[in-house]
Amino acid sequence: MAPNTAYVFDAIRTPRGKGKKDGSLHEVKSVALGSGLLRELQQRLDLDTAYVDDVVMGCVSPVGEQGGDIAKTIVQYAEWDESVAGVQLDRFCASGLEAVNLAAMKIASGWEELVVAGGVESMSRVPMGAAGGAWLNDPEINIATGAVPQGIGADTIATLEGWSREDVDAFALSSQQRAAHAQQNGYFDRSVVPVKDLNGMTILDRDEFIKPNSTMEVLGKLRPSFEAMGALGFDDLMLRKYPDIPSINHVHTPGNSSGIVDGAAAVLIGSEKAGKDLGLTPRGRIVATAVLATDPTIMLVGPGPAAKKVLAKAGMTTADIDLFEINEAFASVALRFMQDLDISHDVTNVNGGAIAMGHPLGATGAMLVSTILDELERRDLKRALVALCVGGGQGIATIIERV
Amino acid sequence: MSENIHGFVYQKDADGIVTITMDMDGPVNAMNEQYRQAMAVIPQKLESEEGLTGVVFASAKSTFFAGGDLKELCTVPKGGEGHQFRVIEENIKAPLRRLEKLEVPVVAAINGAALGGGFELCLACNRRIAFNGPKAVVGFPEVTLGLLPGAGGIVRSIHMLGLQKALPFLMEGKRLKPSQAQEIGYVDQLVDSIEDLIPAAKQWIKENPVAWAQPWDVKGHKIPGGDKWSPAITNLLAVAPAATFQKTRGLLPAPERILAVCGDTVSVDFDTALRIESRGLAYLVTTPQAKNIITSSFFQLNSINSGISRPADIERTHVTKLGILGAGMMGQGIAYAAAKAGIQVVLVDTSIEAAEKGKAYSAKVLDRQIQRGRMSEQDKEVVLARISATTEYAALQGCDLIVEAVFEDITLKNQVTRDVEQFLAKDGVLATNTSTLPITLLSDASESPENFIGIHFFSPVDKMPLIEIICGEKTSDRTLARAFDFARQIGKTPIVVNDSLGFFTSRVFGTFMDEGARLLVEGLNPVLIDALAKQVGMPVGPLAVQDEVSQELTRKVAETHEKMGVLNSLGDNSCNAAVSVRLISEFGRGGRHHGGGYYEYAADGSKKIWPRLYELYFNPEVEMPREDIKDRILFRQVVESLKCLQEGVLRTVADGNVGSLMGIGAPAWTGGFLQVANTYEYAGEVGPKALLIRCEELAARYGERFSAPEILREKARSGASFE
Repeated sequence: MAPNTAYVFDAIRTPRGKGKKDGSLHEVKSVALGSGLLRELQQRLDLDTAYVDDVVMGCVSPVGEQGGDIAKTIVQYAEWDESVAGVQLDRFCASGLEAVNLAAMKIASGWEELVVAGGVESMSRVPMGAAGGAWLNDPEINIATGAVPQGIGADTIATLEGWSREDVDAFALSSQQRAAHAQQNGYFDRSVVPVKDLNGMTILDRDEFIKPNSTMEVLGKLRPSFEAMGALGFDDLMLRKYPDIPSINHVHTPGNSSGIVDGAAAVLIGSEKAGKDLGLTPRGRIVATAVLATDPTIMLVGPGPAAKKVLAKAGMTTADIDLFEINEAFASVALRFMQDLDISHDVTNVNGGAIAMGHPLGATGAMLVSTILDELERRDLKRALVALCVGGGQGIATIIERV
Repeated sequence: MSENIHGFVYQKDADGIVTITMDMDGPVNAMNEQYRQAMAVIPQKLESEEGLTGVVFASAKSTFFAGGDLKELCTVPKGGEGHQFRVIEENIKAPLRRLEKLEVPVVAAINGAALGGGFELCLACNRRIAFNGPKAVVGFPEVTLGLLPGAGGIVRSIHMLGLQKALPFLMEGKRLKPSQAQEIGYVDQLVDSIEDLIPAAKQWIKENPVAWAQPWDVKGHKIPGGDKWSPAITNLLAVAPAATFQKTRGLLPAPERILAVCGDTVSVDFDTALRIESRGLAYLVTTPQAKNIITSSFFQLNSINSGISRPADIERTHVTKLGILGAGMMGQGIAYAAAKAGIQVVLVDTSIEAAEKGKAYSAKVLDRQIQRGRMSEQDKEVVLARISATTEYAALQGCDLIVEAVFEDITLKNQVTRDVEQFLAKDGVLATNTSTLPITLLSDASESPENFIGIHFFSPVDKMPLIEIICGEKTSDRTLARAFDFARQIGKTPIVVNDSLGFFTSRVFGTFMDEGARLLVEGLNPVLIDALAKQVGMPVGPLAVQDEVSQELTRKVAETHEKMGVLNSLGDNSCNAAVSVRLISEFGRGGRHHGGGYYEYAADGSKKIWPRLYELYFNPEVEMPREDIKDRILFRQVVESLKCLQEGVLRTVADGNVGSLMGIGAPAWTGGFLQVANTYEYAGEVGPKALLIRCEELAARYGERFSAPEILREKARSGASFE
């Protein structure tokens, strides 16, 4: 067990704006998304920011306005005390949860007392892939590693498991319905902090990507997203590893994959001492964290093994977990996660997920912490497990417990 | 006043222009030791030349420059990469770089083919002027030989044309006519007469006395179309590896390395990129794939086409009138190939409808050529006029060669032989196009068996480049020479083999399908079997190909062989025959064109495994290492090829390699089913010894059929290779 307990004092996020030019948050700079949350934390908790050791922010496209250690810029723009440090990290789609886990380790080690963990991604302003990377863009490295875009991995999972287009669409529909229901009933209200302009006018105060009127019919009409890409040769690369299947059934569409959105998240994590010194009441604690990697070609099957790893570390089984959150990068990822852990959809993504609300790459992992903590409190349950699939075949998982 | 510097004739004219006319010792100019000696001297001589106003590179040969010296490259041993790198850098690239920094214009006067290294020399000049002649071609064929253009070809192409434009020429080895090269930007100017070439070069020098800087040496130069920071280039580089894999299945290092160097070229400066390119070539030169491809697809193919397997002392012949019996798929294809080559063809079938239908095939193929702009209506009429369709044997009167392509039935074939022989011209040849029946046996029906021979065509005849000539016991050398000359006359590559059941290609091909059937019967997933065959480099899987061949044919051949008492006398293909018989008799599945076989076929051309096949054979419990499955598919064919060599069915190693590449679909990386033994790497060994170890491993695990023939053991012992 860790020498010190890492407490979660609060967890907040921005609403998720559609990640395109016509999205509400397109006019808001990435730094401003992050700084708004730091200001809100300070105000909500009447926080002495000088007490904060570090701000850890995930961001997957750390170039342009998101480049140059955006976490430090966020701290300054939020006008926090100049003693507060900031660091940006990138573990692809798990960056937000990696920030939470790293913050927890900082506290658990006893070497720091109070850390903000979170993430930020304005996908409308800094598009996905803007940071490049030799893995895909350098032919020598690409050839040596056999890079295949992840959507084809998602389709391959569905093909291997025999999940049809209807199966993945049905999962997507339930995500939309659950998210819409949760939003309508105010389940997200505690965490979602409106984004405002310089006049204090609200730009966006709720997730705008959810499509409450989705139907199987509408979903069924969408064209597969990765079929054309697969035909360029990526399907062949995938089939080299999975020669048992004759071809890849391209079932994923924009309707059953995570949405492209803008957003940020911040989680305040600290020690018992920090809580006492500042008079903060913990809402929960980080029980354990885990990260690992699996086959990088299919890329998206890491969450199940990561969940098993974190459970083993915590000395628990799935029976000890009340609710699960798996990032809905693609419908097949969530289906596979539930199958790997033998858990029911009834306790998984109970308020929908990224298919309905979107996946602001660097922030999502930290957003899931606020979502699940709210839901544990609303249902008066004890423990949750959060997991995400990660580029390069990695998987990440965190167990959170109310205190 | 001229001076010959290691085959480079150096002459300065009154205007101060030096013309260097390359006239090297061999039949062509090549990047060999003599070239390196010349180029060690020439740049320095030019730099110190007084009153120099320009330089023209020209050739005294009919071609401009043939490229690298493959014999030399082929012998670079593993471990020789460092030496090779230094030779490329210091003896090839440095002189070219010095040449392009010379402060006078340098022009390449391209009179004929400038390929590979020859074209790289052209790219290091300031201007390329080409004679727009019919035989002039430029390009980089290196990739087709397992190599890369290492004398600046990749880097200069990209800096001249941009990555997007240059990539296809570097990756596909396509040869360009001068007009195409000009359109793309590789060549600057064309002249219509060879006499105008050097004057045009000199005129340009006089008109452009200061045009001596290469674009990439001018400050502010940017790669056309962008470097690695351009989104279009980034996207191209991200997708190109997958597109390459689709073609090579990851089995050929050359295209991959070319792509890597392309990525580096758009990422670093010109000189650094040149250095990386040298590393790439030094690496590829010692790969087994390059050695295999150069050995078989270049040297052995050339030696076959130039007649090593043809009796040397017989004068070259040609066929003026060809008779074809049977206007079915093979007959009509042979008729087209022959008529196109200018031969008068008499196409005979039992009904005039059938004969005319056979002729109509040629019309159809010619129409397609017209549609593609490769032929005119007139050409079509000329070719068609050469084919006469008939039912009358008498029309065969005076044929130099009659090819019999009737059904694979001994009685029928014998009857036809007796019926038509009389119409042959004096010393005319009667050939049978069979893939399964022994030639010696068929020749018994002939009055003059010495004039009887087997010519095995491959389907579709107009696309397949190979012909397998089979000598019966009594076939004369003269007959062989005539058959060989005919094959060359219609533009095919002839291998010559001795008579034996299935000859060479069909015999080995049979083991391919048999091993597929064995894997199936052992319980493996049929999808996996075909996928792994493709992963090892076969063009299609054994089950898919069996469907094309048809289970019906496999059954018939087995039946015939049984009647002849020779079933499985050479290797055991009983598994495949038994599965074929079962699929036909119990389920009516006789092959793709008999309503389906292992696969079922949809109207849209798609196919999927016939579901009952899983119930019949699939056992999910069976686990077999994928490497073993791949090697079983490959090694069955390699072992059978070695047996063919040992038994004398194959007369030369070259015939075995070229025949397996062109007729069986041997993976390009192997260099053919015999060459693969020379470079095979396994268990820390290289060559026949390595192959032997793997054979014995497979034999222990999967059966005696993988046991190495004595000829391989002998090579393993002696350390010799298959030459």
